[in-house]
Amino acid sequence: MSTRLTTGGRLLNKAKQVTFSFNGKQFTGFEGDTLASALLANDQMMMGRSFKYHRPRGVVASGAEEPNALVNMGQGGKFEPNQRATTTELYDGLTCTSQNHWPSLEFDVGVVNNYVARALPAGFYYKTFMAPAAAWKHVFEPIVRHSAGLGKAPKDRDADRYEHFYAFFDVVVVGGGVAGLMAAKAAGQAGAKVLLMEQTAHWGGRAPVDGGKVDGVKVDDFIDATVAELEAMENVTLRNRMMGAGVYDHGYILGYERLTDHAPLMEGPRHRLWRIRAKQIVTATGAIERPLSFAGNDIPGVMLASAMRDYIVNFGTSSGDRVVVVANNDDAYRTAFTLKIHGLEVPVILDARPNGGGPLADAAREQGFRVENGKGIAKVKGGKRVTSVAICAQAGEGAVLEDIACDAVAMSGGWSPVVHLWSHCGGKLIWDEAQAHFRPDPDRAPTSHDGNPFVVTAGSASGPLKLGDVLVDGQKAGEAAAQAAGFDVTSTNAPKGDVHDEAPLVPCWLMPQGAGPKLRMKAWLDYQNDVKVSDVKLAAQEGYESVEHTKRYTTLGMATDQGKLSNINGLAVLSDALNQPIPATGTTTFRPPYTPISMGAIAGEARDEVFQPLRRTPVHDWHEANGAFFEPVGHWRRPYCFPRGSESHADAVSREIRQTRDSVGLLDASTLGKIIVKGPDAGKFLNMMYTNMMSTLKVGKCRYGLMCNENGFLMDDGVVARIDEDTFLCHTTTGGAERIHGWMEDWLQCEWWDWQVYTANVTEQYAQIAVVGPNARKVIEKLGGEMDVSKEGLAFMEWKDGKIGEFDARAYRISFSGELSYEIAVPASQGRAFWDALLEAGEEFGIMPYGTEALHVMRAEKGFIMIGDETDGTVIPQDLNMQWAISKKKDDFLGKRAQMRDHMASEDRWKLAGFETEDGSVIPDGAYIVDHGTNANGQRNTQGRVTSSYYSPSLDRGIAMGLIHGGMKRLGDVVEFNKVDGSTVKAKVVDPVFYDKDGEKQNV
Amino acid sequence: MLTLQCPYCGVWAEETELHAEGEAHLKRFGPGSDDADFESYLFMRENPKGVHLERWRHASGCGKFFHAARSTTTLEVFGTYAAQTLEPPQDIKDKISAKIPNWSWREFS
Amino acid sequence: MSEAVSALNGASFEGFAKVEETGLRGMITVRGDLTSKEMAAAVKTATGAAVPVQRKVAVGGSGVVAWMSPDELLVVVDYDQAEATVVQMNEVLSGVHALVANVSDARAVFRLSGDGSRDVLAKLAPVDFAQDAFGSGGIRRSRIAQVPAAVWGNDDGSFEIICFRSVAQYVFDVLKISAQSGGEVGFH
Repeated sequence: MSTRLTTGGRLLNKAKQVTFSFNGKQFTGFEGDTLASALLANDQMMMGRSFKYHRPRGVVASGAEEPNALVNMGQGGKFEPNQRATTTELYDGLTCTSQNHWPSLEFDVGVVNNYVARALPAGFYYKTFMAPAAAWKHVFEPIVRHSAGLGKAPKDRDADRYEHFYAFFDVVVVGGGVAGLMAAKAAGQAGAKVLLMEQTAHWGGRAPVDGGKVDGVKVDDFIDATVAELEAMENVTLRNRMMGAGVYDHGYILGYERLTDHAPLMEGPRHRLWRIRAKQIVTATGAIERPLSFAGNDIPGVMLASAMRDYIVNFGTSSGDRVVVVANNDDAYRTAFTLKIHGLEVPVILDARPNGGGPLADAAREQGFRVENGKGIAKVKGGKRVTSVAICAQAGEGAVLEDIACDAVAMSGGWSPVVHLWSHCGGKLIWDEAQAHFRPDPDRAPTSHDGNPFVVTAGSASGPLKLGDVLVDGQKAGEAAAQAAGFDVTSTNAPKGDVHDEAPLVPCWLMPQGAGPKLRMKAWLDYQNDVKVSDVKLAAQEGYESVEHTKRYTTLGMATDQGKLSNINGLAVLSDALNQPIPATGTTTFRPPYTPISMGAIAGEARDEVFQPLRRTPVHDWHEANGAFFEPVGHWRRPYCFPRGSESHADAVSREIRQTRDSVGLLDASTLGKIIVKGPDAGKFLNMMYTNMMSTLKVGKCRYGLMCNENGFLMDDGVVARIDEDTFLCHTTTGGAERIHGWMEDWLQCEWWDWQVYTANVTEQYAQIAVVGPNARKVIEKLGGEMDVSKEGLAFMEWKDGKIGEFDARAYRISFSGELSYEIAVPASQGRAFWDALLEAGEEFGIMPYGTEALHVMRAEKGFIMIGDETDGTVIPQDLNMQWAISKKKDDFLGKRAQMRDHMASEDRWKLAGFETEDGSVIPDGAYIVDHGTNANGQRNTQGRVTSSYYSPSLDRGIAMGLIHGGMKRLGDVVEFNKVDGSTVKAKVVDPVFYDKDGEKQNV
Repeated sequence: MLTLQCPYCGVWAEETELHAEGEAHLKRFGPGSDDADFESYLFMRENPKGVHLERWRHASGCGKFFHAARSTTTLEVFGTYAAQTLEPPQDIKDKISAKIPNWSWREFS
Repeated sequence: MSEAVSALNGASFEGFAKVEETGLRGMITVRGDLTSKEMAAAVKTATGAAVPVQRKVAVGGSGVVAWMSPDELLVVVDYDQAEATVVQMNEVLSGVHALVANVSDARAVFRLSGDGSRDVLAKLAPVDFAQDAFGSGGIRRSRIAQVPAAVWGNDDGSFEIICFRSVAQYVFDVLKISAQSGGEVGFH
């Protein structure tokens, strides 16, 4: 039984009982418990089932490395799967369920996998789900989907809020154990701006559990005093419940702060992701104990020796009444002592080393423990709980010497430094033969922007495990980091901590070392993913020699714990199978984050309304209030149409077009890009930017221009107005404003930096409203003001500044619809008022706003091209019959050279024409013009494609523009466009100008 | 995520404030150039393992384009420099040589 | 002239810091040779201040001028003075190569005040807002969450945030979210 003890529990507040529920059952615990310790205290050792075989699983560890005790936490909008019970602080009202079982934790159908485990070896899925291909959809995929994934995916919207926080430090110390405290203090004393973060709620790490003295005082008191000292230092920031999630290039480090996980009713963000730049990073991330690989090492009740100690000292919780201790090192003896002090029984300590342990072992014998040298566990017996262990000689093959009844096993296979953060950005490791672990190689640290190392390890994360050594290493690391960050350091002596004599560890990768296949099949390496010694051996046998391949083939170390427990043992088994030393096998890659972090924290504030910035025009509120149906254009939202009542979008578009063509319509064109280009060389510059000759444009006039990239392809278009001798105003497409401004700056800054030209993007300075239709002039004249907008006063393709009504306006007499049209720019802050004034003035003409779809249809009726419809990044102006817009007088413009290339000048290019279906229907968007025969892939040959296709209300029929082999030479031909249903529709090649071919309507 | 110092406004900007603008020191070939030169201007790019000269723009910042010399393997930045130059400045070339003797990148070494 | 309305019409929010849209400002983009005597004269005429040095803001009797890039300044005056200031500066700069453009309507301005202001900013911009790194009189162009913005520090410890008018609502919203009570960081 695991139970609450009357002793121990230094982190508990026994005065404060809390209630929580696990699988619907109510339990109690104390403030200060973790979920794992509280479950243990309630004798709930079994906390989940494994991924593949659905074997019963209990808690193994006490921290971030826990592979088994994962739960579905919370409900509704606070539901989250795969939460580690060992790192979840208990709070009143906590609700959770165990994972990976059906219908219940105690009785699980999926456990049948366990009984056929022999048939589910490594690579089972790869080997099985091969052929026939048809089986994928109906058989394999459903099976894989059903069995994939731990926990449940949340169904509700996340009810919490999250945020980011940018911070800058000289030195960031990760890990608030004694090494981290020492490092932070040393760096802080040197004057560095320091952040010390600790993933748990407590300072000091394992030291209070392991005990010992520092400068003659209890280590607990030393920790308290050091924390107090750090808190008093203005240049040091301390943050607990904050994990160093990842180390990245140039001193970038992510701190994952969990603000309300321990108190979900607290106001404020749940997680805060600190995006930190540090000159130096100290990783004082400690070490993790390794399990031992013996048969049945996954049965609930088998735990890490250190974890068992943690549960007693920190949480006053036993893991069992009779505990067998099995180890290959001296540290596990401390667990035996702790168990005894707290009144629990240790029937035997199995020391796998032939010559046993050092002074701690001697002390154990003196205290009356039964210690067996050179012995190990042949097999743990039990199902949902350990019932006994069979002991054997470590050197043998597992012949049982004795059966010892017990309800828990404390195992220790030695310690591995937590090297993740060191390794994330390229820090290299060396194999330490004596400790049998990989540790950071200080000579091969990750390097930063200046080529110098920026990560230092401290304490157990460097290798040393003894208190005194850890303190010295922590101090050294803090000093080194401060110095590297540019501070003067006067080195001082670290406080003196205990350095007990210990006998060396003897590596023990399989127990017993000669274990046969039957035992190996029950010796777990990766608890979460059900990878056993036998699987890794099989992978090696099948040729998976690279550790990275073996990982993927067996799934060793691929689960949410990323092999924190299993890695080294797995590598050792693989090395043994390959008959090569461990360093030759190497490790898999350590990738951030250290433990999984929430998706919410990654998104930060970017959700809901502010998921993405929305750009709104000065008239946006009116559009919204008047039922506009919006479409996104870049980050802008533009009205697509303004449906009235139950009107369909198509009907609304037709109404808007008819009203505009018959009387007058309004378009909010504020989103069009507007760039001022000014300087003595502005004309020369625009001659390069546009295919047209812009330098000859007269002041007061407008010219439509095309822009190409250096590949010759069309990239933007718009109307250019010459404001004065030195100044032009260039209009761009809505999506093009920032891009084209950057494009201009690129050429000015990087190529023609001696040309005297300045640009300014003034897109948002103006609300620009197009007043369009036969009655447009009357509406504007009705507003009054001094501006003469008559046919003569403001001729087609002219612009003018002046007052329209009470508004400061600039009117452009340009048309994208073929109608009499004025585009009028007023200061943005008067835009809404101007819009309202136009609506009022136009009331007698039945004025109505139109949206982007009406704009598109009207321009298509006139055969005007649209960037993004007629162009797709592979179309040159010549393809669109726009030779008229390409100056022949200019020696050079961007794209000219490319347009001279053979392929660009080829007669075989598809060119623009208009199309009318014989039946008047609308050609589907994206349709191709089919041709005779098939290509090499057996696909129908094509000879062109549609680029714009609409129902034209003005003509009451479908109209289209498209690119066709031969272009306008094909006038009168009848071609076939394919349709979605596989049939085709016949269409005649026609002039793309469908409406008012002579342009009379715009010239009134 | 790298940081570069903008040589124009002096800010140490992180990558989210910057925009990568491709290879540095391209020589433009326009009308009149032969096909081979034009092809190399348009399409041929370096893909080095090691020293690379690039263009960046301080897009969410002062808006200026600049050059950076860095290592594509270690991400060491040897320096950033103005856009208005046809070749990397000598002090940056020296800095690269100090770290990587015998380096070369296109015509520079 | 019709009544001019700022993007959010003076919206405000008070959390652990206070966010207010300041209303319309006269803002003028000036590009040119910042070292020329004509530029110095133009800036002096417009604001009463001298041309600021790199990433600084200079305050004069009739306006403020901020360094935006080696060839760009932002002149801030009263909204109704903007057009006149443009004319005035153009006169002083006549004959030299320069660009002066009224951008008053293209912008929205927020004031952020209160003890937590630096923490609010640090949630949204990849900039060191520590007192010793960014003080009053400094300007930093960067981004606020996903959009470009400029921030400068006032003498009273408050900050001004300038962004494009079209994203005023977005910037106000992210400032509001970041200043919500419960989100105090207590760092700066």
